[in-house]
Amino acid sequence: MGETVDLLVPIVLAASEGGTSLIALLTILMLAVFVGFEVITKVPPTLHTPLMSGSNAISGIAIVGALLSVVLVEESTPHSSLARWLGFFALIFATVNVVGGFLVTHRMLSMFRRKK
Amino acid sequence: MIGALTTLAAGDGTAILGRQGSDVVYLIASIFFILGIKGLTHPRTAVRGNQFGAFGMLLAVLATVLGPAAAGHAFDPTMIVIGIAIGAVIGGLAAIRVQMTGMPQMVAIFNGFGGIASAFVAGGAFLLAIGTEMSLQGNIAIGVSGMIGSVTFTGSIVAFFKLLDLRSLRKFPSAIPGQRFLNALLFLGAIAACVWLVQDSENTTTYWTVCALAAVLGVTLTTPIGGADMPVVIALLNSYSGLAAAATGFVIDNNVLIVSGSLVGASGVILTAIMCKAMNRSLPNVIFGKLGPSADGPSADDVYGGKVKSASPDEVAMLFDGAQRVVIVPGYGMAVAQAQHTVRDLTNLLEAMDITVEFAIHPVAGRMPGHMNVLLAEADIDYDKLKEMDEINPTFGQVDVALVIGANDVVNPVARTDPNSPIAGMPILDVDKARTVVVVKRSLSPGFAGIPNPLFAMDNTYMMFGDGKKAIMELNAVLKENA
Repeated sequence: MGETVDLLVPIVLAASEGGTSLIALLTILMLAVFVGFEVITKVPPTLHTPLMSGSNAISGIAIVGALLSVVLVEESTPHSSLARWLGFFALIFATVNVVGGFLVTHRMLSMFRRKK
Repeated sequence: MIGALTTLAAGDGTAILGRQGSDVVYLIASIFFILGIKGLTHPRTAVRGNQFGAFGMLLAVLATVLGPAAAGHAFDPTMIVIGIAIGAVIGGLAAIRVQMTGMPQMVAIFNGFGGIASAFVAGGAFLLAIGTEMSLQGNIAIGVSGMIGSVTFTGSIVAFFKLLDLRSLRKFPSAIPGQRFLNALLFLGAIAACVWLVQDSENTTTYWTVCALAAVLGVTLTTPIGGADMPVVIALLNSYSGLAAAATGFVIDNNVLIVSGSLVGASGVILTAIMCKAMNRSLPNVIFGKLGPSADGPSADDVYGGKVKSASPDEVAMLFDGAQRVVIVPGYGMAVAQAQHTVRDLTNLLEAMDITVEFAIHPVAGRMPGHMNVLLAEADIDYDKLKEMDEINPTFGQVDVALVIGANDVVNPVARTDPNSPIAGMPILDVDKARTVVVVKRSLSPGFAGIPNPLFAMDNTYMMFGDGKKAIMELNAVLKENA
């Protein structure tokens, strides 16, 4: 599969030709989990609530998948219209998560300060 | 083999942002997410950390939208603009208007939104792939994503309403008969539906069956869990929302989803473990177990009978005369009474009397990890004054007055002394070792564990009965007069 094709197949399933191999994806998963454990154990209890709301915003990364569904679904396969609507609602939910999550975390963190 | 989408490959191979270009941007976005969480390891760097995270998200979104556009794939942006606009307005308003006491609810519902977004993305991918050759691992990922996403969604909705603590909802029974059996059945059913999905990927019913069973499971799992166990539940749902995103990353073959989903998953797991440890309970015990008074425990009358002393604000104010060190122990009651600002005023008054004031924070005080810290930060209290349990416990012997505001089980010495009590072994704040203890509380009613607290009946303990905010305000008035 050529590069141009690769570009437009983000919804390709992992093991399909041209998709990343399962072991590569699992490697990324495992390394990210370890990085996560290392970094997050150092977060002090004072910041646990902002950690939750901030990581919440990051889990809104599903917004990428939602955008792809909305952007790329055009061909009229039997279910493409429904798939597009699912993508649209996923986009709304993920955006709420991202915008609300980062904003509220910012609001909270601005309160954590040391008095002079 | 990727069906419909391959035909869209009409783009220019040299476009600035090819699939590889997008992947590079996704990698940079992942790095910003990691740096962002790293920033959260200190209050000084935390604001910038959060901005890093938001910037990473912006990069990921731009790469996703501009990648196909740059490659010459024309698409109608209407849906994107409308979807983002609706989401941004809802999310923005919620973030600006929520009160700090309402943070647990907000985090709970946002967890759910992340979960359902992942489930919908996986569902969309599943529908598109119908009629094309599907890979085993792709189908498994779709099933897992739909399952975790749905459990997260309905579980979070239930947690949200539980945290709202609406009077009208209290009449609903929280215990479901045969609950464990039902949960096991639903779980196995959802797994079976996943297997069915993998076997028969031409059939759309399979995916919805997975989601429906998992959605019911989310409700039955969360409904029986009590208020004080909410910190564990929220942390766990937080972790699920990350895992759902990671699973979706496997579905759409996208690294940035896997990386950020794993980060969130790890964060939730760590917080869950910390919360469980702080209650000396295992995760299954929190989720499936029941915490209640043991039948042979001492009754409230035995513990309190004639031994509880109540004190007026004037009497409590006198206790502070000549005190050098005061430790304030906030609990969920402080959040309910919205007393954090009044407590800040009290802190200022005491400091004006040359008294050192510190706050002792139990890890599970409140309804979510770090709940008390956020409330006190909102009230503009220096975070250096907030001490963790392990740090402050050895020093309670040198505390002149320990002021407990709306906390109960986390200061119950029975956890240390009675191996048969339901909270036996739970690490507590050793408030009872302070020279004098003042407890601000509405009544002698038991906390979540349902057991009496001998701390309230100790010789050196004074109860200041009343609403937390009102009682502290009265105390402040007296201190101001004396100053």
